[in-house]
Amino acid sequence: MRTARVRFTGFFWRHRWAKALLLLAPPLLAFALVYLASLVALFLSSFWTVDPFTSEIRHAWNIDNYRQLWQGGAYHSIAFRTIGIAAAVTVADAILAFPLGYFMARIAGGRSRAFAFVAVLLPLWSSYLIRVYIWRLILDHNGVLNWTLQKIGLPAANIGYTNWAVWLIFTYIWLPFMILPVYGALERVPDSFLEASRDLGAGGWTTFRRVLLPLTLPGVIAGSIFTFSLTLGDYITPLLAGGASSQFIGNVVYDNINNQLTPFAAAFAAVPLAVMGVYLLIARRLGAFEAL
Amino acid sequence: MESRATRLALTVWSALVVLFLWIPLALIMVYAFNKSNVEGWPISGFTTHWFHAAWTSEVRTSLWLSVRVGLIATGLALVLGSMAAFGVARFRFFGREAVSFLLVLPIALPGIVTGIALNSAFVAGNINLSTWTIVTGHATFCVVVVYNNVLARLRRSSPSLIEASQDLGADGWQTFRFIVWPVLSTALVAGGLLAFALSFDEVIVTTFTAGAQNTLPLLILGYIRLGQQLPVVNVIAFAMILLTSIPVLLAQRLTRDTGVLRPGAAEVTEAVETAQATAY
Repeated sequence: MRTARVRFTGFFWRHRWAKALLLLAPPLLAFALVYLASLVALFLSSFWTVDPFTSEIRHAWNIDNYRQLWQGGAYHSIAFRTIGIAAAVTVADAILAFPLGYFMARIAGGRSRAFAFVAVLLPLWSSYLIRVYIWRLILDHNGVLNWTLQKIGLPAANIGYTNWAVWLIFTYIWLPFMILPVYGALERVPDSFLEASRDLGAGGWTTFRRVLLPLTLPGVIAGSIFTFSLTLGDYITPLLAGGASSQFIGNVVYDNINNQLTPFAAAFAAVPLAVMGVYLLIARRLGAFEAL
Repeated sequence: MESRATRLALTVWSALVVLFLWIPLALIMVYAFNKSNVEGWPISGFTTHWFHAAWTSEVRTSLWLSVRVGLIATGLALVLGSMAAFGVARFRFFGREAVSFLLVLPIALPGIVTGIALNSAFVAGNINLSTWTIVTGHATFCVVVVYNNVLARLRRSSPSLIEASQDLGADGWQTFRFIVWPVLSTALVAGGLLAFALSFDEVIVTTFTAGAQNTLPLLILGYIRLGQQLPVVNVIAFAMILLTSIPVLLAQRLTRDTGVLRPGAAEVTEAVETAQATAY
């Protein structure tokens, strides 16, 4: 038994490729068969159409779905809204996250840093739906926000069920995804760089702009990949917390899937996919991505 | 190094951001005790009634489904994710970088894309939506969490440990039992916990792969959309926040050295490291 085992081990030691194959083939094949094949099939189906009478999918190649998207003004505004809000969420998160990341990396002592870490991580892992839902309650007409505003003598803010609400909630939900990489990047900047900048006569702002920001930009961009992509692909928050004019690409896709119009849904889903592709290319250019 | 004013401003800003993150979570904890079933502020009185009322058969059924799906998906992710991580960490081969890229796709691409891709594949293949289709969807994006955790750990441990073990006469099983497992166990536990948490909370892909069944998030989604059973939602929220904090705190303890708690963290860290290495 033991010799058999040793021989077995020996075989894989001498034939390393066999071991590599044995390790990599199952996960990659499963992944390729289930996930990649579905993605490719989806992309292909965007060139098909649905027969309006029988609602069967007609496998005749054409670009009608894309033409419909290109010509439909409503689809343009939905696409621009989705991309615009995703960009606004990313900017807001970067502005909120950078000072906190700086505090965690360079100002906080061991204990308050650990506290800040947990304070960022726990919301990240707590339920997505619950976090959308609680903001619905906060922004509601009778919610905490208006109650607070009234107490301090300000007029009520009725931003519940508007694009502002959608933006605010996305900013809230994806914020930890920005904080963590920004913190990681800030932590790696050696103190001596900032001291050198100071010694050479740069003020705080110049040091930030010419030294700190260029060094930490990869971290900000890494975070922005998450905030941007997650917002682009979401349809739950607009559904639950948005208004009549808060439709995202995801909402249109979801409705079309439910109406058995998969080819059109696939064509519209190609839009965030293409946007992400371009975004990742830019991110790579800016150096946030070399290791991927 | 920073002026006192700057330090003060940064501290205040950080405190505000942490408050921004936490006030909503604290509020939902309060709402769970709301006496009225109208969710206005301030709450109209204190009751623990809803904690009892929330334990309905509907909630139990979907909770059980979520747990089952989470466990199976996590199991699959542990096996597939660690195999891929071993392959990538220990061997050099053409297309090695592409593996990481491939596995991270399900969380890097917009969620609806994964959802509708799987949905249309199931429809095209005449596969009825069931527990297994939900598991398939979840395993797809859970693999990368385990993969990242294990890969980060393997990169930090030397492969010569295994060679040494073999030179000293250990067979494959002994090497695994006494060398590989002790090095990896905490990374696996952390990866597994996070995979489970991810699966347990997932909504978007699940809406496209679940058919008639409701996981717990789908049930909550339905309640919120229809504005029904909101007191029950509050109680579930209360319980979920408490429950998710346990694995998160635990996972953070287990991976303190690698800090691989967040999805995609390994790539991000790596990307930052490379970028900085080139910058210096």
